[in-house]
Amino acid sequence: MFAYIVRRILYAIPILVGVNLLTFTLFFVVNSPDDMARMHLGMKRVTPEAISKWKQNRGYDKPLLYNSEAEGAARVMDTIFFTKSVSLFAFRFGSADDGRDIGHDIQQRMWPSLAIAIPVFIVGILVNITFALLLAFFRATYIDIWGVILCVILMSISALFYIIGGQFLIGKLLHLVPISGYDTGINSFKFLVLPVVIGIIGGIGAGTRWYRTIFLEEINKDYVRTARAKGLSELRVLFRHVLKNAMIPILTGAVVVIPLLFMGSLLTESFFGIPGLGSYTIEAIQSQDFAIVRAMVFLGSVMYIFGLILTDISYTLVDPRIRLS
Amino acid sequence: MPNTGGTSFNRQMKGKTAALLLSMAVLLLTGCEMSEWNSPYPASQRGANILYSSFSQRPNHLDPVRAYSSNEYSFIGQIYEPPLQYHYLKRPYQLIPLTAERMPQIRYLDAQGQQLPADAPAEAIAFSIYEIHIQPGIRYQPHPAFARDAEGRPRYFDLTGEELESIQELADFPHSGSRELVAADYVYQIKRLAHPRLSSPIQGLMSEYIVGLAEYAKTLSAAYEAGRKAKSGDFWLDLRTYPLEGAQVVDKYTYRIKIRGKYPQLKYWLAMPFFAPMPWEAERFYAQRGLQERNITLDWYPVGTGAYMLTVNNPNRQMVLERNPNFRVLRYPAEGEAGDAEKGLLADAGKPMPFIDKVIYSREKENIPYWNKFLQGYYDVSGISSDSFDQAIQFGAQGEVELTPLMKEKGIGLVTTVQTSTFYMGFNMLDPVVGGKSERARLLRRAISIAVNYEEYISIFANGRGVAAQGVIPPGIFGYVEGRAGINPYVYDWVNGRPQRKPVSVARQLLAEAGYPNGREAGSGRPLLIHLDVTGGGPEDKANFDWLRKQFRKIDLELVIRNTDYNRFQEKMRKGNAQLFMWGWNADYPDPENFLFLLNGANGKVRYGGENAANYDNPEFNRLFDRMKNMENSPERFAIIQQMVEIARRDAPWLWGFHPKQFILHHSWYHNVKPNLMAHNTLMYKRLDPKLREQKRHEWNKAVIWPIVVVLLVLVLSIIPGVIAYRRKEHQVAARRKAA
Repeated sequence: MFAYIVRRILYAIPILVGVNLLTFTLFFVVNSPDDMARMHLGMKRVTPEAISKWKQNRGYDKPLLYNSEAEGAARVMDTIFFTKSVSLFAFRFGSADDGRDIGHDIQQRMWPSLAIAIPVFIVGILVNITFALLLAFFRATYIDIWGVILCVILMSISALFYIIGGQFLIGKLLHLVPISGYDTGINSFKFLVLPVVIGIIGGIGAGTRWYRTIFLEEINKDYVRTARAKGLSELRVLFRHVLKNAMIPILTGAVVVIPLLFMGSLLTESFFGIPGLGSYTIEAIQSQDFAIVRAMVFLGSVMYIFGLILTDISYTLVDPRIRLS
Repeated sequence: MPNTGGTSFNRQMKGKTAALLLSMAVLLLTGCEMSEWNSPYPASQRGANILYSSFSQRPNHLDPVRAYSSNEYSFIGQIYEPPLQYHYLKRPYQLIPLTAERMPQIRYLDAQGQQLPADAPAEAIAFSIYEIHIQPGIRYQPHPAFARDAEGRPRYFDLTGEELESIQELADFPHSGSRELVAADYVYQIKRLAHPRLSSPIQGLMSEYIVGLAEYAKTLSAAYEAGRKAKSGDFWLDLRTYPLEGAQVVDKYTYRIKIRGKYPQLKYWLAMPFFAPMPWEAERFYAQRGLQERNITLDWYPVGTGAYMLTVNNPNRQMVLERNPNFRVLRYPAEGEAGDAEKGLLADAGKPMPFIDKVIYSREKENIPYWNKFLQGYYDVSGISSDSFDQAIQFGAQGEVELTPLMKEKGIGLVTTVQTSTFYMGFNMLDPVVGGKSERARLLRRAISIAVNYEEYISIFANGRGVAAQGVIPPGIFGYVEGRAGINPYVYDWVNGRPQRKPVSVARQLLAEAGYPNGREAGSGRPLLIHLDVTGGGPEDKANFDWLRKQFRKIDLELVIRNTDYNRFQEKMRKGNAQLFMWGWNADYPDPENFLFLLNGANGKVRYGGENAANYDNPEFNRLFDRMKNMENSPERFAIIQQMVEIARRDAPWLWGFHPKQFILHHSWYHNVKPNLMAHNTLMYKRLDPKLREQKRHEWNKAVIWPIVVVLLVLVLSIIPGVIAYRRKEHQVAARRKAA
């Protein structure tokens, strides 16, 4: 397994270089270093000298990808792409255009994101699986039919509606929790209840339907019939046998997103005033801060690759027939 | 024998349990005494003298040499103290000393250095000397940069890795210090305008006036590069060792600024944070790389002498200003403008400021949560977004603005003021169709000016919050004329005591005179297309664009809207490729020069990279501008301004657009609210009544539990049929197996 993981990590390097190159190209197709400087220096009284100085101070006065005036390796190394990309591989993200340390900002902002994402993820999976098993148990009955209809309705409602509706009902009308805000430690609980509940409810429709499909596929297999023939109760068949054998598709969808949980949710964090990472990238794109954009895209890619490796490893844990080599 | 005692005990217990459950149920159902569950603030803050406010965009800079936007000034205006300030209550805006002992003394010199009289003509003045004497005894806020050890050496100038381990934010430094404000701190800050790393937005402008600043920037640039290459670790450029001719210390409390020529507007800049003091210790302290890696920089943790100091800076969540314990005694003004006393704005006259102990700014990115929290009493003051306008404001029979019954019931107050800003639609004067000095183009521009009905625009898209502009100068600025004499006669008539836009038939007539009868070129008969360049263009802008097209269609012109991203739009403007564009300007200071320069030829965007986005260039206007800009407000200056306004109205380089109106809502416990669009240090004048706020919050935020109880009951009840169905199904299976 160790060799497998090492090989996957080595495979990841060209992928990360490619992602970085793509991000760089897309960003600079839309924004030139001059545009970045203007955006940063503001709307009023921006002189060409100020723009030139801004670029010089931040290393954006170099050629983008190829320095024809340099000699030897410097033709490639003395460019914006090279100087801004190499440090990423050492997870040194440098400073944003406003001077703030990106690594420090990510460390600060990931915890509020995780405080919402982890409970939504764990409780959401448990609730969805439970509902899905329930529907599978009552398959082809009115409970199943109405359950599926309810799921479709829940899926059809926009996430924004859940958020605004939840804030209106629970925060504004019933005065049970704050409408928005955040605090640290134990005080964060009252701020997290509503976004977490809304996150779970908002995910029930799609999640339950997905797991129900998986379980229905499993429920007609021979081993289930055998289990029933042994006289096991239906609950035992579902939770002991069906659930265990349905783990591979469940893990495929679930484990890969675990490392990405810290990236947060844009809508939830914006509306609930959670100082997470959800809007970090969007704000950076709006303010044309390439340093943050490349750091976040790079980190997202690394986490996604890490999630895929984790998924592969998790297969070996739930299915002894699988060997990583 | 029956145990009667036990039975009695059980009965008592059952009774108590029932009573407890009943009282709990009553409590739950009525929500009695369960208030402020929804408070976003800790219970420890209840009743405290804390103002709760918010910010939607995190400030980019808090360094006074870099910050230049209103969301940045709302913080640093309370912390940094320039020598001058605006009187909080008096209108028109009046400059008064802040840290200065008195208003600056200005001397004029000729080219030989000989002193000239105060009324010397501007052409004869080669240099102006501003001598500023600051008050002794003003002290900086407590800050680790000033901390000294027992031997008097700076404690935190050379932090080791070990020392840095325990530092995550400024509050982690166990020691702090302070010192007296001296004139050298003001000079140090003026030098910072030219610092190569800081890119001050006014460096270019000030280099034109402050003697030696342009050369100083080159000197610093060379020194900075050399120093950075020579030193790999922490590097600090000590500006004290580089003298600047235009800013010099006279004595401990006096400094001098030397200006090229005459520049009366400098006094306004002296009321802005660009000219606030900066202690060298702060720059030296923050130059340490270990602190920068922790985001502890001068750009994020200001060091000032103002009424407040920034104690928490988490721009993603919360920023906190606390009363500066070293702040001197400054008293609330005893004079204002007429009517201030009746509004209660002089009730605190003579009392020491600031009144509020702490201000907590929470980040609110969305309007809806902010508005709801304001209504719950968790924010003290609020603007009005379009979403909530109808909930807050209604118009009376005569069109007067008033609060809705809901707002009145809550005791919410409304304050309005016309902003010293202008939003306009500009013609690119370099464009061959709409631009130029020809009579044809002028008539075309005037026809369009009449057709686009800004009164309608304000009513539809700004909820009536604006005043249609009659020229470039907004209300409240010297040179603005109210009433009949102040209307733009090319676009309006004076009818029934108010300006009335000329009818569309006049616009059509002008269009025909311009050579475009019925919107077609007279010779070829081709329809005239006008191109408007805009940015954005989301779904929310569609109605706006449709309305604009409709305005042009009124005179048979076809408006083509070219939507582009911000960068391309800016590029078009720089290169002069736009035909018609939308733009705005917010006053830096209350002087007509700050608006009229937007039409000065020497400030053209394409030729000079200036703020004259229309590239308007009228020699007569330019000549008058050069005369007017160096004059003090006087009848003569007023007359020149009127001439300039008339020239601009006649040439119509802009559709004059509108001046937005600011609406501020505040709760009954928030006092001394008077909009001051020029002052930045307004927080210290505000007062709260925390007791009343607590009482209202308690009243308005009673928790309502019963719907949740009902929902839970319904959920529990709905499980029962499921359990029955499950049991039935299991029994059926068991029965089938048994039968088999």
